[in-house]
Amino acid sequence: MDMSDMPQTKKLKLVMVGNGMAGVRTVEELLKLNPDLYDITVFGNEPHPNYNRIMLSPVLAGEQTIEQIITHPREWYAENGITLHTGKKVVKIDRQKRFVETEDGTRADYDRLLVATGSTPFILPIPGADLPGVIGFRDISDVEAMIEASGQYKNAVVIGGGLLGLEAANGFKIRGMDVSVVHIAPWLLERQLDEPAARLLQSNLETKGLKFLLQKQTAELVKGESGRVCAVRFKDGETVPADIVVMAVGIRPNTTLAESAGLHCDRGIRVNDTLQTVTDPRIYAIGECVNHRGIAYGLVAPLFEQAKVCANHLAQYGIARYEGSMTSTKLKVTGIDLFSAGNFTGGDDFEEIVFQDAGRGSYKKLTLKDNKLAGAVLYGDTLDGAWYFELMRDGTDVADIRDKLLFGRSHLGDSGHGDEKTRVMSLPDNAEICGCNGVCKGTIVQAIVAKKLFTLDEVRSHTKASSSCGSCTGLVETLLSATVGGDYSTAPSKKPMCGCTDHTHDEVRAAITANSLKSMPETMRFLDWKTPDGCTKCRPALNYYLLCAWPTEYEDDAQSRYINERAHGNIQKDGTFSVVPRMWGGLTNPKELRAIADVAEKFKVPEMKVTGGQRIDLFGIKKEDLPAMWADLSAAGFVSGHAYGKALRTVKTCVGSQWCRFGTQDSTGLGVKLEQMTWGSWMPHKYKLAVSGCPRNCAEATIKDFGVVCVDSGYELHVGGNGGIKVRVTDLLCKVETEEQVMEYCAAFTQLYREEAHYLERTAPWVERVGLAHIKSRVVEDEANRKMLAERFLISQKPAQIDPWKARAEGVASWEFKPLAEIA
Amino acid sequence: MTKDEPWLTVGRLEDIPKQGSRVIAAPGGNIAVFRTVDNEVFALRDKCPHKGGPLSQGIVHGKKVACPLHDWKIQLDTGIAVAPDEGCAASFPVRVVDGVVELSLTPNTGCPNH
Ligand code: SRM
Ligand SMILES: Cc1cc2nc3c(=O)[nH]c(=O)nc-3n(C[C@H](O)[C@H](O)[C@H](O)COP(=O)(O)OP(=O)(O)OC[C@H]3O[C@@H](n4cnc5c(N)ncnc54)[C@H](O)[C@@H]3O)c2cc1C
Ligand code: SF4
Ligand code: FES
Repeated sequence: MDMSDMPQTKKLKLVMVGNGMAGVRTVEELLKLNPDLYDITVFGNEPHPNYNRIMLSPVLAGEQTIEQIITHPREWYAENGITLHTGKKVVKIDRQKRFVETEDGTRADYDRLLVATGSTPFILPIPGADLPGVIGFRDISDVEAMIEASGQYKNAVVIGGGLLGLEAANGFKIRGMDVSVVHIAPWLLERQLDEPAARLLQSNLETKGLKFLLQKQTAELVKGESGRVCAVRFKDGETVPADIVVMAVGIRPNTTLAESAGLHCDRGIRVNDTLQTVTDPRIYAIGECVNHRGIAYGLVAPLFEQAKVCANHLAQYGIARYEGSMTSTKLKVTGIDLFSAGNFTGGDDFEEIVFQDAGRGSYKKLTLKDNKLAGAVLYGDTLDGAWYFELMRDGTDVADIRDKLLFGRSHLGDSGHGDEKTRVMSLPDNAEICGCNGVCKGTIVQAIVAKKLFTLDEVRSHTKASSSCGSCTGLVETLLSATVGGDYSTAPSKKPMCGCTDHTHDEVRAAITANSLKSMPETMRFLDWKTPDGCTKCRPALNYYLLCAWPTEYEDDAQSRYINERAHGNIQKDGTFSVVPRMWGGLTNPKELRAIADVAEKFKVPEMKVTGGQRIDLFGIKKEDLPAMWADLSAAGFVSGHAYGKALRTVKTCVGSQWCRFGTQDSTGLGVKLEQMTWGSWMPHKYKLAVSGCPRNCAEATIKDFGVVCVDSGYELHVGGNGGIKVRVTDLLCKVETEEQVMEYCAAFTQLYREEAHYLERTAPWVERVGLAHIKSRVVEDEANRKMLAERFLISQKPAQIDPWKARAEGVASWEFKPLAEIA
Repeated sequence: MTKDEPWLTVGRLEDIPKQGSRVIAAPGGNIAVFRTVDNEVFALRDKCPHKGGPLSQGIVHGKKVACPLHDWKIQLDTGIAVAPDEGCAASFPVRVVDGVVELSLTPNTGCPNH
């Protein structure tokens, strides 16, 4: 039988009403998940394909053009097989027969309907509101009208001193008009700012030439001789001239169509956590037109989170839930930095920390509740906005950094790069941002603009910037938010592990222990992984989480490990490997050195070097030679130095009281003991220790993950430091008196890190994320818990302290080091 | 490949780890033979189109391998790099007959990097 005669399984029909930012993002996410499920038809009221509405403000200000802000040209719809109807308003939804109909009678049947009609500017119901020259600020046609007016007339009035109103006023001013902003409240942006910050903003805008009429109520718009608006009259009788009036007093969810179809609306179309309308499960709604748990969002970041969840259900995965978002705002007026997030008005059980420097035009206010950051208002210097937002989202205990909080992240021990952020926007285009991949500022900005990139991930995949060591992530985020404006780059309220799942690291770890998940396929199945066998981000992480949860049972999955850990050596650029044997605490002797020399000669090692970790590195070893070389080293008493692993690397020591005239304790001996206890087991990231014999600190213990500084009366324990890309000095955990205590605290801290940090999170960012107070409460203040943690660590160490080199020299995984076949 | 080109026996399927790879040392340079999680087998020149990294040493996921040096993702069935990266590693015909892996040394057409 001819296959082409067979009836084809019919695709479902998806119709979307409203061709805007939230809707199109949903379609995009859907195409990623399940591209062949639907025939998609899109209706848009506006004559344009989808564009970046946020950028209307820069267009008005002459910083961008309409062409530049089109995010989805018509070809995009065509390439994805989407039928696009622009300039067509849908006026009817027939829920029984399941079709929609436009004003001009165009019909489309649906199996699923997505309503994404956005919102409309609220127009004050006052006399004259319908006069020519009175508009809202919502779409391209509004902006075109505004630009046209600026070329012909002199006086502009903006009613409403919110974000939108100020951006409109700024645009008019740049285009040479006289602008007055009328605002009913006593200060500008009263929903985003408190009074002191708003006053700073106002005086800054006044120096740009804007005029403000506060606490003024508009009574009427006056009709001029031409029939066009000519003035605004207030309740108190005063008037100001106006050739164009922009109403920016708020937005209303656009629910007309939904209401006409009998969908339950109440300040927005009511939807549940799957973004289905509560009335009709075949109909989804998303974006500014919806009311989710009582909130109608007016910023894109939460709408994009909704889009992800909605797409997940449309694609019939059916697992995601939208649980609401935390939002933050910024004002897109060039030269003005303003950020606010969370609850910054506070209340009875809130504490406030305020910093004001009127001279420099800078203001910061943070509100705290129960030792957690609840809200932030920043004016002038907003570089730490993203950090504060993260602290709020992660619920970090900030008790220990309270006194430094106002000064920002750069004051938490970062001595190298803190300032760079401040300078990033004024850097020249050829300034290198990503040192790993050699990507310059100009390239990044260009890619963001030309390829319409919205997210950090997109910038990473297109430019490679921030995709290697990640140290430039902050800089790239700054560039991203400065270039696209708005809140595109703000972290979502929930950060999934990777593209294969919607679950966060913490959720995955909790599920593994709570449900006794003991293998990777089982975990992926249980948590509805979206890909058959994960990716390079989640597989190594899951492997580690399972190993950490079930140290004596879980069988390591070598294929989910990066080559270095699979082959127990560092891969080099030419495909050879390096070999670094452990030298306990950096101690060595003639016999060991001779053995290393013999090995180096026997295997013709091209280069040897003393490492920064106080031991010897042998470079350029062929993979096939590794087991034989390890056999010799093993015979001489060496074990693997794990220089390649997310594991304990080295314990650096100084000479200490054995020889040094200042030494207070046996730092070398203690270092050796610590190394013998901690080597072997896998960690979320690499892990380094050091012991210095006195506060001169020659072993650099205060930039280690766990550092000990010996003093006359005992031992200071320091945690959460690292050298490297972003230097972070440790925090003092506590002081103890005996070596036994050092060992116990070290084991407990290490285990807490192993159990709680995210994979590939070093102790420094982990300590900053969870807060030192939290770590103290688990390790220092709670003795029983400390002992339990230490015990769990020692249990994990038992199976882990079998030397991987010796095992391989004896034949474990021997295939790894041999070709499958050799063809002559 | 041409009709009379011989298939060379290179080993057993079970000798290649699932989600892993083994190397065939061949006169023109190493060839990596991959086995996916669903036991599909592919063969590519063991040389990343970026800077020559050994693809056999990468993590195999789905029908892709991540190069160990700079994390380019290479499509196993075609040898083509996943966008936005550009380039390809030559792919070779490979098949499994009764658990035995057979390889041809004549690369598939479509990639200039033989
Ligand atoms: C060999 C050595 C340099 C040397 O010749 O001295 C070295 C070599 C490498 N370092 Fe390092 N680091 C070495 C000491 C250090 C130190 C100094 C120290 O430990 O006291 C630091 C700063 C301290 C720190 O880590 O806090 C250091 C900070 C880094 C970093 C940045 C880490 C960070 O959190 O910012 C990386 C990148 C990474 O791990 O992602 C890195 C990564 C690397 C890698 C593994 C890069 C890679 O992925 O291939 C290098 C492997 C070379 C190779 O092929 O063998 N190396 N590296 C040192 C080995 C020490 C050892 O005996 O194990
Ligand atoms: C000037 C300006 C600046 C902004 N700046 C920021 C910012 O900096 N940061 C930020 O996060 N957010 C900003 N926003 C808000 C952001 O643009 C909106 O939150 C977002 O666009 C809402 O997306 P949506 O898809 O819900 O609605 P929209 O993008 O408005 O899309 C809805 C579409 O549906 C169409 N439509 C409505 N009814 C029908 C119908 N019956 N038939 C057919 N089509 C219909 C409309 O014409 C519209 O095109 C700004 C908005 C404006 C106007
Ligand atoms: S820190 Fe310096 S001074 Fe102190 S014991 Fe070590 S080497 Fe001596
Ligand atoms: S050599 Fe493969 S990614 Fe660079």
